[in-house]
Amino acid sequence: MSLNLKLKQNLKLNRIVVVSALAAGAAVLSTAGAAPAAAQELTGTLAKIKRTGAITLGVRDGSIPFSYLDDKQQYQGYSIDLCMQIVLAVQKQLGMSGVKVAMNPVTSANRIPLMANGTIDLECGSTTNNAERQRQVAFAPTMFVIANRLLTKKSAGIRSLADMKGKTLVASAGTTTLKQMTILNNEKKLGMHIVVGKDHPESFLMLETGRAVAEANDDILLAAQVASSKSPGDYVIGTEALSVEPYGIMLRRDDPAFKQAVDGALTRFYKTPEFKQVYDKWFLRPIPPKGINLNFPMPAQLQAVIAKPTDSPDPAAYAVAPAPATAPAIAPVK
Amino acid sequence: MNYHWNWSIFGELSPDGVQTYGQTLLSGLGWTLSASLLGWVMALALGMLVGVLRTVPHPWVRRLGTAYVEIFRNVPLLVQMFLWYFVMPELLPQATGDWLKTLPNAPFLTAVVCLGFFTSARVAVQVTAGIDALSGGQRLAGMALGLSRTQTYRYILLPLALRIVLPPLTSEFLNIIKNSSVALTIGLMELTASARAIQEFSFQVFEAFSAATLIYVVVNIGVTAAMHWLERRVALPGSIQAGGAR
Repeated sequence: MSLNLKLKQNLKLNRIVVVSALAAGAAVLSTAGAAPAAAQELTGTLAKIKRTGAITLGVRDGSIPFSYLDDKQQYQGYSIDLCMQIVLAVQKQLGMSGVKVAMNPVTSANRIPLMANGTIDLECGSTTNNAERQRQVAFAPTMFVIANRLLTKKSAGIRSLADMKGKTLVASAGTTTLKQMTILNNEKKLGMHIVVGKDHPESFLMLETGRAVAEANDDILLAAQVASSKSPGDYVIGTEALSVEPYGIMLRRDDPAFKQAVDGALTRFYKTPEFKQVYDKWFLRPIPPKGINLNFPMPAQLQAVIAKPTDSPDPAAYAVAPAPATAPAIAPVK
Repeated sequence: MNYHWNWSIFGELSPDGVQTYGQTLLSGLGWTLSASLLGWVMALALGMLVGVLRTVPHPWVRRLGTAYVEIFRNVPLLVQMFLWYFVMPELLPQATGDWLKTLPNAPFLTAVVCLGFFTSARVAVQVTAGIDALSGGQRLAGMALGLSRTQTYRYILLPLALRIVLPPLTSEFLNIIKNSSVALTIGLMELTASARAIQEFSFQVFEAFSAATLIYVVVNIGVTAAMHWLERRVALPGSIQAGGAR
């Protein structure tokens, strides 16, 4: 697969080779007929990419396996692979022979300012797409669907949220999970003591050291935490799905031309067999740095959204299981 | 900038379904103030004690005081928070550690203790400096009047020394309020943590942090004013005091 090979090289170098402006100009002429968008007046991010010959991806340093720094100090992951597909499609649409890709690490706190002020053009992490956030940014078609679940130690004997009555639960600061747990705690009068971890590793640390009985988080993140923990056999991820959330690649709002290009690129890529390979590479095979295997077959909700891509922020749009997303007594997904 | 400003965000209902975002910030302010005020009380008490110990004639007591200061002053606050919260319970006997971990408001209590110890080391240095700044005659005069050592410190040395170090103590007070934001790393939902939560939920990052910044500035200006008032209130005519050289 020359495409994949090229992609791999790019990731290794962290940037795509820039070819001389002359060659790029020639490419525009030759592909002008094939790519009408390039002939029109470019606006927004597309114009910026064309003018500067570069695109900046916002990446995370610890969102395994979506976007993270590996042992060779390279950013990689599932979201980054998808973003590289978008970059290739945009490059083709603009008739450029090369686009320089810069990786700019972001945190959950600075991704919005950096997106708003133009430092990053795409955020390739593990960002939940919801209605409130869509007032500030736009999202590419959903690339992953998670369910919120409880992670506990096997020894605690917790089977569902109901067993957590009066116990201590940890969730990460500023996550939609934290918000949902607060709501459920009030609604169901569970009297849980909810403590807050600064970030996901710290939430897990609280569970590991016994400061909390259960950690509530996205199931894929929990799977990653368990797989990389000291004793993976001690933990169990609950079968009860507390809610469903779409993950999306983030881009600037009010930039219809770029949004269309991104949507088109991902929608087309989802239909190719390479997409399945990318998924398997990150979720079903050992991944760097430690060679852990997440063993996370594609959830039914994700299969549905890949067949019919959408950027809807509404969890209900992703419910294929026979239950509403907000009711906690949900049938297991797997 | 492609940013959608929305200052009315503070009136909107936050995701917990009970509070507005404005109330989230205010409850954050509440935690910030209670953690820093309690920490400050602890820091003043411990700081004065250790500061005094560093001026007594026994060399071993002085060394002990200095060791205390160096330990708490030289380790970054962030690291200390982590040690108190995650490491210390593991070093205790299992039962005590478990009891400590399941305490309600554990992040708050840990934050108070940590801020208290950290700041006390800095207060101690200033108290020592204040006592050292007094002329040796003060101590000798106290002794000559028949006061015990404790009485000399209580009635002569400390009242004068504390007046001298009031201005740097004001700075420490402001520092402890700002330092309390480090407690967000152990899960205390203080002012900075609240601002972060607001930006995570709503993505209105600039509004959230502008408001938090403004609140910190207002609180600290208030503290500065109160300390200035205290300085004037306790000033002794004829002794060293603020503005004396101007």
